[in-house]
Amino acid sequence: MNYVIVGNSVAAVGAIRAIRTLDQQGTITVISRERHNAYGRPLISYLLGGVITEKRMAYLPEGFYEEQRINLLLNSEVVAVDSAGKKVRLAAGECVPYDKLLLATGGDPFVPPIEGMADKDRIFTFTTWDDAAKLKGIAADINRAVVIGGGLIGLKAAEGLNLIDKCVTVVELADRVLSSAFDRPAGKIVARKMKANGIDVITEDTVVRIEGEGGVISGVTLKSGDFIPCDTVIVAIGVRPAASFLKGSGVEVNRGIVVDNSMRTSVEDVYAAGDVAEAADFFSGDKNPMPIWPDAYIQGDIAGTAMAGGSKEYEGGLAMNSIEFFKVSTISMGVTNPRDPSEYEIHTYQDIQNYQYRKIVLQANRLVGAVLVGNVDRAGIFSGLIREKIDMTPYKESLMLPDFGFINLSRDIRNRLFAPQGKAADSGRAERAAGH
Amino acid sequence: MKRIYSIEDACIGCHLCEVACITEHSLSKDPVKAFLHEAERPISRCTVEEWDDGVVSISTNCRHCDEPDCLRACISGAIRKNAQGVVRIDTEQCVGCWSCVMACPYGAVQRNLKRKKANKCDLCPDRQTPACVEACPNRALVYREGSQK
Ligand SMILES: Cc1cc2nc3c(=O)[nH]c(=O)nc-3n(C[C@H](O)[C@H](O)[C@H](O)COP(=O)(O)OP(=O)(O)OC[C@H]3O[C@@H](n4cnc5c(N)ncnc54)[C@H](O)[C@@H]3O)c2cc1C
Ligand code: SF4
Ligand code: SF4
Repeated sequence: MNYVIVGNSVAAVGAIRAIRTLDQQGTITVISRERHNAYGRPLISYLLGGVITEKRMAYLPEGFYEEQRINLLLNSEVVAVDSAGKKVRLAAGECVPYDKLLLATGGDPFVPPIEGMADKDRIFTFTTWDDAAKLKGIAADINRAVVIGGGLIGLKAAEGLNLIDKCVTVVELADRVLSSAFDRPAGKIVARKMKANGIDVITEDTVVRIEGEGGVISGVTLKSGDFIPCDTVIVAIGVRPAASFLKGSGVEVNRGIVVDNSMRTSVEDVYAAGDVAEAADFFSGDKNPMPIWPDAYIQGDIAGTAMAGGSKEYEGGLAMNSIEFFKVSTISMGVTNPRDPSEYEIHTYQDIQNYQYRKIVLQANRLVGAVLVGNVDRAGIFSGLIREKIDMTPYKESLMLPDFGFINLSRDIRNRLFAPQGKAADSGRAERAAGH
Repeated sequence: MKRIYSIEDACIGCHLCEVACITEHSLSKDPVKAFLHEAERPISRCTVEEWDDGVVSISTNCRHCDEPDCLRACISGAIRKNAQGVVRIDTEQCVGCWSCVMACPYGAVQRNLKRKKANKCDLCPDRQTPACVEACPNRALVYREGSQK
């Protein structure tokens, strides 16, 4: 079997491991536009901020590609997929044939046209190791930066620049930062912490013009009319699935590449996983891109399994973020900010002064979401309860306890999870895990 | 693979498994030195939970999962599962993002806030039987071949 994987990041790694579990013989070719072995993409802000060295960017143990016998093509961009002829075309013109193809190309940063941006030198995006390296390279020359977008990537860029003592202003269109993952109180806590550390956060406003002479930026003008002086602009409005090379391939692309619960696309023998894919949501089953690291790994694993002839069903994407800003830990998962709160039961506790916040969201007595700020210990227990759709009716009271644990659940659940075999009946998860 | 299982009825809530874990992961491997004299006291990898003033108690621990959620969530690649199935964290590589804490459904990853490093059961690489299992005075912890469940 001849496997070809486009992209060389976490989804690809999940797929490689799954394929090699089932198929030791097949050839695996991995094609990546970037020049690096797989690296921790979320670590680029740590690299920029000088928190880690380049050596620690490596996501995989040394020798991984050799051990898994990967034919690795770095610095190679796939520009077209010929699904009838079962081959992909590289930018250099060469074609690579496949029996099974995985598209794991992730996301491309979205840069909207902004007046005055055309000829400016110091406008950057922040999604790759090389983006971080470029910024680091000119760091001595940066005095003030404006980050457009207060989502995860924007705040990470801001934090990285702040750590190397740059003045940073974040401009966010919504009424708070991190609006997709967090609710208002949590977003406020993060913004407060950022301000306390010298990052300016401007909300409900946006950059309408980048000012300056020739290639040099002098500042940005906001919709409100305010002018912010700066010499560098980072555009971090969001990422879009990197699927433009699929034009004419017949592969169905909606917001991302549409896949079923085995990560199959609309075209036979073509699979997609990670940020580029649009798979079923855990709760609704509706197809949505879910651009987070853990989900990219899981989708890669499912795709690789299917490509190698195995079968494993995707349980649906569950949004989850763990983000730490200036020593304030935040974890959010599932439904955090329901559009129609009347359908949900919501419990909250907050102590904004001490950067503590806890929110639990239930629907029909099932846990469906949680936001934790400050004390995030054992947050994964909540993600387990969400995934297992445990009826929380008897345990609701205890969910808000700071040291909530298994002891607050039933003895039966504890036995299922921790007792020796034979002592207690097995649960669904075990059945699903059997055979892996 | 061999895993640590927990018998709730036998647990007396003494926390000796935690003491043993802390001791095993200290520099001196001596409980008194570990608790009193070493600069940094390790954090226990097992967690004894209690209810009703200790009438109900259980020691919870890492399942060394077949498909570890912690590993899948780890953004730095610090978490690996070795050929024997043991799931360990490479502390050097860990960046303290707590993605593993968010993902582990067993609540089995601890945060070492001082060092900004995640912490989890390593099944005691220097021992035949994990320290917690040996320390339990009422054999509430057993170490034997079994599945993850
Ligand atoms: C700064 C930053 C911080 C983040 N922090 C977090 C976090 O804390 N937690 C979290 O869960 N997620 C985080 N994310 C998101 C996370 O990085 C992504 O969800 C994850 O990387 C997706 O993995 P992937 O394998 O789908 O694709 P990607 O990691 O995007 O990799 C895709 C690869 O494919 C290559 N490629 C694309 N098109 C082609 C082509 N045509 N030919 C060849 N190669 C191609 C790309 O160059 C890229 O190397 C962060 C992202 C950024 C940018
Ligand atoms: S830390 Fe949690 S997810 Fe990881 S192997 Fe242990 S029990 Fe499984
Ligand atoms: S805290 Fe460390 S081990 Fe846990 S996910 Fe983050 S980098 Fe990995």
